Amino acid sequence: MARALIHVPASAKKGDVIEIKTLISHVMETGYRIGITGQPIPRDIIDDFVCTYNGEEVFHATLYPAIAANPYITFFTVATESGTLAFSWTDQHGATQVQTAAITVE
Amino acid sequence: MSRALLRVAGLLMRAPSPQRGEGWGEGARASRSEPPHPTLSPLGRGSSTCRLRIAICVSALLVGVVVARAADIPLDQRRSDSDFISADTRAMQNDDTANPAMLVVLDGETLWNTKAGATNKSCADCHGDAANSMKGVAARYPAFAAELGRPVDLEQQINLSRITDQKAEALAFESKELLALTAYIARQSRGMPVAVKDDAVSKPFIDAGRALFEQRQGQLELSCAQCHDDNWGKKLAGNPVPQAMANGYPIYRLEWQEVGSLQRRLRNCLSGMRAEPYDFGSPELVDLEYFLMWRARGLAMESPAVRP
Repeated sequence: MARALIHVPASAKKGDVIEIKTLISHVMETGYRIGITGQPIPRDIIDDFVCTYNGEEVFHATLYPAIAANPYITFFTVATESGTLAFSWTDQHGATQVQTAAITVE
Repeated sequence: MSRALLRVAGLLMRAPSPQRGEGWGEGARASRSEPPHPTLSPLGRGSSTCRLRIAICVSALLVGVVVARAADIPLDQRRSDSDFISADTRAMQNDDTANPAMLVVLDGETLWNTKAGATNKSCADCHGDAANSMKGVAARYPAFAAELGRPVDLEQQINLSRITDQKAEALAFESKELLALTAYIARQSRGMPVAVKDDAVSKPFIDAGRALFEQRQGQLELSCAQCHDDNWGKKLAGNPVPQAMANGYPIYRLEWQEVGSLQRRLRNCLSGMRAEPYDFGSPELVDLEYFLMWRARGLAMESPAVRP
């Protein structure tokens, strides 16, 4: 599906606040624009983003048409245990893309 | 009133010089800026005379200002366009996990390794690892292509290679594929100084680009130089006017919300000047690109840059 770039520190100390950065390629077409033929360009957006940390939800965002193309979402969480962070983006048609990143917590 | 006059004059006037006196309206405008002769004035005495004196002073000042500014930007005063953008946008450009053009660079990497054309070869089959073979290449384009007898930009060089080496079809200008390959190749030159050739073969094309840069065009009768040589650092519609250094292309432009080429940017400026933009791939645009890269010689490559 779409291309995504994720930045998660490879390792962290237990209790550290870590910064996570995510970027995904998507047109985020608002539905308010008119194409060269005069017809409105249909809306096409990602409307949901979730990050889970070993299965537990740590961040959740709802996206609207005002979000620019290629949404860049960055947030913080606390490093609690080694494991996997899973990121999932769902578009308005219900198609979901999941990507994961591993973290080692000492 | 004098401030308004200054602003108008700053946009419209330019000292008639042999290099830049291209526009048909230039002579008329230049003569209008000469101080009016007091005896010819229809104005009366008293305060009108005073106003007239002020007008004479302002005009004299303008002529001086305009003459002093009609020149290239001195080499040591040149600054990348990223110096004129906000700190946030600059941070976005310099962080590979935040720069949205990196998504396109990744697409380019995939294309680099994808077989294409009748020969069924990928770029990598001949050029190997782009990190080595393409290092510094984008900093040397546009460059003279002997087989065409004129310079080509990086996009056109990619297409030349596709046609002659891969026996594949040329990619359309501004297509996702061509932008991705260009961005991927240009990325390998990040931090390297712009170093286009300016030998005897290339010089006429750089000069042609310069002539276009300095020529008044369109309904607004503006030249590129009037903004980017003479008024950089000031504001236009609230935004700083940069020096138009071409060391970051292809760029991710926030206004476009996608990656675009230098030719797209030039066409953008031309329509802003209400001039008819040259077609993609036209010799005029390539000459302009060549001049702009020559003008940015020595500046570090930032491709793919992020611009507002």
